[in-house]
Amino acid sequence: MKRLALTGICKQYPGCMANDNIDLVVTRGEIHALLGENGAGKSTLMKIIYGVVKPDAGEFLWEGERLSVSGPAHARRLGIGMVFQHFSLFETLTVAENIALSLPKEESRDMATLSRRISEISSRYGMTLDPHRYVHTLSVGEQQRVEIVRCLLQDIKLLILDEPTSVLTPQEVKGLFATLNQLASEGCSILFISHKLDEVTELCHNATILRQGKVSGHCNPQDVTSHEIARLMVGDDTPLNQDYQKVEGGKVVLDIADLNFKSDDPFSCSIKKLNLKVKSGEILGVAGVAGNGQDELMRLLSGEQSTDADAIRLLNKNIGDLNPVERRQLGFAFVPEERLGRGAVPDMSLEQNTLLSSAHLGLVKSGWINFEKVKQLGQHILDKYKVKSAGLNAQAKSLSGGNLQKFILGREIEQNPTLLACSHPTWGVDIGAAVLIRHALIELRDKGAAIIVVSEDIDELYQICDRLCAICDGQLSPIKNTQDVNIEQLGQWMAGQFTSNDQPVVTGENAYV
Amino acid sequence: MFKLEKRPFDSKTMSYCSPAIALLLTLFFGGLLFLSLGHNPFEALYTFFILPLSDAYGLTELGMKVAPLLLCAMGLSLCFKAKIWNIGAEGQFIMGGLGGGFMALQFLNAESSWVLIPILLFGAVCGLAWAALAALLKTKFHANEILTTIMLNYIALNALLWAVHGPLKDPDGFNFPESAMFADAAILPLLHQDYRLTIAIFFGLFAMVAIWTLLSRSWLGFQIQVLGEDKAAAQYAGFKENKLVWFALLVCGALAGLAGVSEVVGPIGQLIPYISPGYGYAAIIVVFLGRMHPLGILLASMLMGLTYMGGEMVQIEMSLPKSITGLFQGMLLFFLLASDLLISYRIVKTNKEKRDHSAASRSAA
Repeated sequence: MKRLALTGICKQYPGCMANDNIDLVVTRGEIHALLGENGAGKSTLMKIIYGVVKPDAGEFLWEGERLSVSGPAHARRLGIGMVFQHFSLFETLTVAENIALSLPKEESRDMATLSRRISEISSRYGMTLDPHRYVHTLSVGEQQRVEIVRCLLQDIKLLILDEPTSVLTPQEVKGLFATLNQLASEGCSILFISHKLDEVTELCHNATILRQGKVSGHCNPQDVTSHEIARLMVGDDTPLNQDYQKVEGGKVVLDIADLNFKSDDPFSCSIKKLNLKVKSGEILGVAGVAGNGQDELMRLLSGEQSTDADAIRLLNKNIGDLNPVERRQLGFAFVPEERLGRGAVPDMSLEQNTLLSSAHLGLVKSGWINFEKVKQLGQHILDKYKVKSAGLNAQAKSLSGGNLQKFILGREIEQNPTLLACSHPTWGVDIGAAVLIRHALIELRDKGAAIIVVSEDIDELYQICDRLCAICDGQLSPIKNTQDVNIEQLGQWMAGQFTSNDQPVVTGENAYV
Repeated sequence: MFKLEKRPFDSKTMSYCSPAIALLLTLFFGGLLFLSLGHNPFEALYTFFILPLSDAYGLTELGMKVAPLLLCAMGLSLCFKAKIWNIGAEGQFIMGGLGGGFMALQFLNAESSWVLIPILLFGAVCGLAWAALAALLKTKFHANEILTTIMLNYIALNALLWAVHGPLKDPDGFNFPESAMFADAAILPLLHQDYRLTIAIFFGLFAMVAIWTLLSRSWLGFQIQVLGEDKAAAQYAGFKENKLVWFALLVCGALAGLAGVSEVVGPIGQLIPYISPGYGYAAIIVVFLGRMHPLGILLASMLMGLTYMGGEMVQIEMSLPKSITGLFQGMLLFFLLASDLLISYRIVKTNKEKRDHSAASRSAA
């Protein structure tokens, strides 16, 4: 039985055709994957199904009936639930209070009954959840459960999940998949948006692939290889991922010793006795689920947050108390997690954004800006890193995520850093740009720079990093060569299963037997 | 039906058209206002906006209003670029006037115009010191500068009132709350002996060029703009936020203080209880009306200066209250803020037919 059938859906935004004649059929109890790069039109299609956006043309059949969804409330009445990539939860409220907020008045009034229902449903689907806990005490994975349970409380017929696994540890992903399979076996249809192809092959019955607003193919993920799906996503002209050779680093460039940091912000994570070394010519990867201290660590590294001078050392020089400008002058470069609104000023031109972190490259002479040089450097970055834009005068906010990331990364790499700290280098970036970005990082590594990469994308870390570790609750796991860490172990580290005084495996002549 | 829809990108055209729309709406509703007061609106608007400029005297009078407005507005534009909402130009203006006036009273027998230098400097320093209070409160105690600067305005006004009623009152002044008249040498030179316009207009124009250069070409100006646009980026780039806040506020205070002292040792010639007809507040409107661009600010300060003269003109010619000036300034700001909505939004016609259709299909479901 067809639960949802879309035919010829079109949505035109000023300057781009977000959805162009899209057909999509989801049957009862089916787990259907929706694949595509950023900007392929996945989100728009989801928003159309959930009633947030109205299509310009096309037919919407829900259980055989032609209708138009007037809004999310209407969609929920129809039995459509959606879990967004960014959760809409209030951290200072409890689980039950958060869920009550989204329910109709008559259901939310009786909190005791509601709490009981939440416990019932969460245990039935193997997602333990205490309705009385405050949301800020929950891990990201648990917060996601709140969102899912919120959908399950209604009589759900279609559950839409937008990149649900990007915030989970491998173990949590397994738990989520078990829940989804159980739901599907009970007849609920699931629309699963992802760009992780192996997950799609593992979980989904059918897949629809979008490219540039059009359907570029349907397939059964069990029958085709990830490579074939990837081709459908990116087209024929983009090179796909490749494996890079692992290398041993040279001398120690960055040395962090017993770094402690406690923030005033009650919702941020403290860093506890963190030790790590990054050597020249290597990439060190730090895996971890968001909110476990990565952000704090990166701020301490960039100098936005200063600390004791000797806690952080760059080439045997104490730099812990230096500000970002002083650190940059010592050869430090930094790619922050937030591209718009930290890495780049949204309303300023690319030319001005070139200047933002590159003033020390001789672009400013005794207080006056040398615009000629800024233009040269900016144009060089646009050309070398293939940044698609309307030119140097384009505002940073007019660029797509991938292009802006190429720009920021290019700007930092062109400073020829001895140390590059990079947060989530390819998060939300399309495959073509991701390949270019990883390539640029490897090239910088081979030129002898020390690179530290914080990422939630485990595949990516395995692909580009020479050594790996994980951060959990502000503590760092042991650091091992990438070849020596299997994904099971990394998953355990991400979940905090290590003792922080665990020493890296001692090799060679230093080992005492 | 019509509805507002967010534009994909802010409209540049609209950001320039918006002041014009605001002006037209102000003219229209100003006309209605005059009509309701029983006057021919066209005649009244002519008296308000055109008549004041019909001779050379009127033009120089306009220049006299533009000078303090331009000085205050250029200082404010620097603060506003950094998103420091300094509402305190009025207080800084008054403190500049009070300090400069105090200094001028020390030179009552002066014969050389050189005394103007310490007078002007001290006035500017007093305005700067008044702004420094706000900067200190903001950087040390995270006190909101909107509140502190407004409060400091009232303190400044009362300080001036206290001074002219007390220690600075002219002993031979029949107990009027006024200081003695300053020495001729302590009065700013006139551009032409027949008119009241002083060289203060050059201070304003110089400030305009200086701040324009600072913002468009210097590293410091760039940092100020980044701080205003995006604080996180400023921290990421390692700009020193407190230093920039101090700089913007001090420059603004000094310019407003210079405007104040130029007014006192210019057209007024002594300390009186009311040395500012709200120049510091009007300058806020000037900055926004001028789109924070120096040339726009020059034009806007001319328009705003005109509203002062227009108010006086309708009082003389049509015996209407001078407070109409405030009404026109208020309307200008009000309509400007309203039309600014159209920079990031546009009005679209909703298709009525489609709406009925979707309503029908909803009820069918």
